[in-house]
Amino acid sequence: MLEVRGLTQRFGGITALEDISFAVTKGEITGVIGPNGAGKTTLFNIVTGIYAQTSGVVVLEGADISSLPAEKLAVKGLVRTFQNIELFGNMTVLENVMLGMHTRSHSGILACMFKMPWHLREEWIIREQAIEWLEFCGITDLSDQKASNLPFGKGRLLEIARAMAVRPSIMLMDEPAAGLNSRETVQLAVLIRKIRATGVTVVLVEHDMELVMDICDRIIVLNLGRKLAEGTPREIQENTAVISAYLGEG
Amino acid sequence: MSFLNREIVKFIALVVIILLMPILVHEGYLLNVMVFVGIHTMLALALNLLLGYAGQISLGQAGFFGLGAYISGILTATHGINPWLAMLTAAVVVTLVAFMVGFPILKLKGHYLAMATLGLGIIIYIVFNEAIDQTGGPSGLSGIPNLSIAGFIFDSDLKNYYLIWGFTLLAMGLSLNLVHSRIGRALRAIHDSEVAARVMGVNARLLKVQIFALSAGLSAIAGSLYAHTMTFIAPASFGFNFSVELITMVIIGGLASIYGSLLGAALLTVLPEILRAFHDYDIIVYGLLLVLMTMFMPGGLVKGIPSLIASIWAKSRKKVIPDA
Repeated sequence: MLEVRGLTQRFGGITALEDISFAVTKGEITGVIGPNGAGKTTLFNIVTGIYAQTSGVVVLEGADISSLPAEKLAVKGLVRTFQNIELFGNMTVLENVMLGMHTRSHSGILACMFKMPWHLREEWIIREQAIEWLEFCGITDLSDQKASNLPFGKGRLLEIARAMAVRPSIMLMDEPAAGLNSRETVQLAVLIRKIRATGVTVVLVEHDMELVMDICDRIIVLNLGRKLAEGTPREIQENTAVISAYLGEG
Repeated sequence: MSFLNREIVKFIALVVIILLMPILVHEGYLLNVMVFVGIHTMLALALNLLLGYAGQISLGQAGFFGLGAYISGILTATHGINPWLAMLTAAVVVTLVAFMVGFPILKLKGHYLAMATLGLGIIIYIVFNEAIDQTGGPSGLSGIPNLSIAGFIFDSDLKNYYLIWGFTLLAMGLSLNLVHSRIGRALRAIHDSEVAARVMGVNARLLKVQIFALSAGLSAIAGSLYAHTMTFIAPASFGFNFSVELITMVIIGGLASIYGSLLGAALLTVLPEILRAFHDYDIIVYGLLLVLMTMFMPGGLVKGIPSLIASIWAKSRKKVIPDA
């Protein structure tokens, strides 16, 4: 599904990631964990086309996507959410999700200006499907709210609804539980499982160990820019190298 | 869908007001001011699509306005080409030029983009002044013919009023359609979070350039209309000051609002005329009013006026109730 080979990223003299390789299996939930500064978010930013890596390749379903910009990746079926939710604050909740359908609609500037019939049909489909994704994430009642007025937890759900509207084959979530209370985290776990049930492969970076151990099929552990371990939640919990990385080597 | 119906009703109301305006204002001078309100609305609208919706600044709008005017003027006055054909040429050429220039320029952000567009506007302005053979230089270009349809010539203020406002209302209607579409959402998304818009598959780079080109093309049409109604153009109308004035119109009227563009253009066109009563102090009063408006109506007139009316209404009710 998604494969990373020999990924290295240097910022000036600092090596943020060194020779990272792993593969994500289709239909699984994969967790990327590691102490602060391990390079998790950098990894995400490279895979999602926001940073250009120093070396290494990223392969999505057999195609090399290493040098594709973020907007091309959405077309290929790869989307992400952000740690500090990046919503379109001046737009309504519904409009945010409608934007997720951008790659699924094609009317150009002139078609939109002159309200061509195919454009109107497209707008109708966009609206209907966006409403369905709001239902999927359980935020239908907020649809006319301005996105910047949402509480953080609801904003997180909106970001997921928007990402799902892209109809991705793989979704990367950067610390989805950050800033959520325990009840919201439980709801999030349910939602992530629901996302997988629709056939979407999920990769998440997360600090909440309980969540990671609960929902992930596989876990990749990063430490100081290197891959420390990889395996099932049980294997990771028993891995001495991982334990010492988290607790210090005393 | 009821939302869309309300939009249509609002727009039809505006069309009716504009059509009936000459019943009130039929005398030469004021009608002439109204013609300018129309041209300025079109220009403010063009800039608002770029600045208000996509969040990209341009300090070179007067340059595109001038290019439209000069291309139309030179083609008709010097080369005797049909004015409508000249207008079309101006619109197409300026759109294409802006599209090509836009790719390198819109890579820049914030202050750097402002500097680059400022430079572009100034270069265009210098060309108007220096290419004397073509443009007539600082003393201007005269003898530009009026537009006409099948022998009907737009040669009076009243005819020009309907001509200009016909185009302006058309531009407003088309822009309203645009901003309520997937393109409009993509523009606002780029404004709010470019990185998130890109992750959702919006080609931010291309869309910004397209809107820049559209904005320039619309400004060029306004310029062409200006040339054919005034029949005389000079570089002074297309300088840096005018670009700043257009930005002021957009901000005072309301960013990301089609109707705000109209309000801002109307206020900034009519206000200096009214303030002539203050003689030498008019510029001070003008500046003061703009400062007060930006302080107390940060959302622009389009949000400020309704909330002002609402608060006055609420106050008047409060006063009435204790008496009763």
